[in-house]
Amino acid sequence: MMDIEILKEGVFDEADDSEKNPEKEYKNAVSTKDLSVYFNKRAAIDKISLKIKKNTVTAIIGPSGCGKSTFLRSLNLMHDLVPKARVFGEIFIHNEDINNFNAVDIRKKVGMVFQKPNPFPTMSIYDNVVAGLKLNGYHKKSELDEIAEKNLKYSGLWEEVKDRLKTPAVSLSGGQQQRLCIARTIAVKPEIILMDEPSSALDPISTSKIEELIYHFREYYTIIIVTHNMQQAARVSDQTAFLYLGKLIEFSKTRRMFTNPKEKLTEEYVTGKFG
Amino acid sequence: MTTSSILKNPSNLRRRKITNSVMLMLCILAAIITILPLLYIFFYTTQSGVSSLNIDFFTQLPKPVGEEGGGMANAIAGSAILIGIGAMIGIPVGILSGIYISEYSKSFISTIVKFITDVLSGVPSIIVGIFAYGIIVIPMQRFSALAGGFALGILMIPTITKITEEMLKLVPQSLREASLALGVSRWKTTLKIVLKTASSGIVTGVLLAIARAAGETAPLLFTSFGNSFWQTSIDEPMAALPLQIFAYAISPYDDWHRQAWAGAFVLIFLVFVVNLIVRIVTRNKFSGNL
Repeated sequence: MMDIEILKEGVFDEADDSEKNPEKEYKNAVSTKDLSVYFNKRAAIDKISLKIKKNTVTAIIGPSGCGKSTFLRSLNLMHDLVPKARVFGEIFIHNEDINNFNAVDIRKKVGMVFQKPNPFPTMSIYDNVVAGLKLNGYHKKSELDEIAEKNLKYSGLWEEVKDRLKTPAVSLSGGQQQRLCIARTIAVKPEIILMDEPSSALDPISTSKIEELIYHFREYYTIIIVTHNMQQAARVSDQTAFLYLGKLIEFSKTRRMFTNPKEKLTEEYVTGKFG
Repeated sequence: MTTSSILKNPSNLRRRKITNSVMLMLCILAAIITILPLLYIFFYTTQSGVSSLNIDFFTQLPKPVGEEGGGMANAIAGSAILIGIGAMIGIPVGILSGIYISEYSKSFISTIVKFITDVLSGVPSIIVGIFAYGIIVIPMQRFSALAGGFALGILMIPTITKITEEMLKLVPQSLREASLALGVSRWKTTLKIVLKTASSGIVTGVLLAIARAAGETAPLLFTSFGNSFWQTSIDEPMAALPLQIFAYAISPYDDWHRQAWAGAFVLIFLVFVVNLIVRIVTRNKFSGNL
């Protein structure tokens, strides 16, 4: 189904798009130029430059330790927390230099879903969904109720939890917790969502639910997803970036990446020869 | 030595079994030695104290020498006030410094602060009393509840700092990241997510520190000093339960001895209750979140 969709639309041929629709539709949501991140003196990622268009799903693949998560976390300034991390190069969010914003504003625009479901253990299901709003001083109950319901519906959790919104979030199963975390992320209305192996800790059924969400979310958000699962990358993404030892080896349409990659290294990786 | 050689050599196996039971007995003996003094203190104090305990003990002031009866109402109130002052100093300073060490400081600063905290927790409480004497009693020219509470507060700080720091370190980094990723500021994340998640553990630490301070006598000797009269203003000398017990116990009067036992019983009972509360709080914590 995915393949047909991409074939039909054929939207990701870079040269064509800009002419067809110069302004709104295909503007870059995220772009980086020579982005490097150093931990101590070791480069975790090395001069990565790429452009990610709005309302697309981008998969980042590569063997363990190749810098996938490091790249992802630099996009919402998570490295600020790590004293030994230093970031070089430029990042643009919607064509604006990331340095023009403070970290809090960037993180409102660029949400993140983590590998392990991490609902706040002291909070109920309801409070988790609206946590981002409440913690930022938004307390109008009627609107919060509405936001909670809406976002739980978006994340496909509403039917399962509507009768127990006040119970602790940790009482949910792992897959439900992860969808709760997604609801929590989209409740603050981000434009871009970063997902760091969002289904690697989940069972196959939960995984397929998450993938379904990602598939539908592209209408509203730009999604960048790190994954170890080649099939997942093929299923959900429009384009794929292959990282190896901190370098960007190849970045192209997912279909091409998995059928006819430009680089030999990519071919070896996607066919499972290493990694 | 392999498994087969044990099986082939029964004498070796017997020796191991004997060693095993001897070591086990030693462990049990050590455990009994640990528990025995506490049980002894508890029963002996209860036995001697309960009989002298009556409603007067909680409501009356000490009677002059020679008169029967009287109570320790002023000392009980005094202890409450002193611990209150101590808590007002110890809890905020302890928790805030714990937050600083765990969440904000660079590693070398936190190492220094942690080391100093450890040293402070090892300082004999009478030295802390002398410290309070030096910086509050001497300038004020008199003993006061303020000085006593200050000394107790200083004694609470290291315990609270340490437990706060350890409890905050237990909060998974993923929760901090989850909050920050929602566009929540650092201090709100610390306050509303990190501190709240660790709160039951921190409450435990605070209660333990209070229980500890409640029983302290030495730092009060030349700060709060003691008082035989009703006194609630904090710039005057004030009675405290442990001080009163000390004064009565070294007196030559039987009636006072009985009252000292009653006081000791009340003190131990309070510490016991606080520890019980701590148990309940911690049990909830581990069965629930974190």
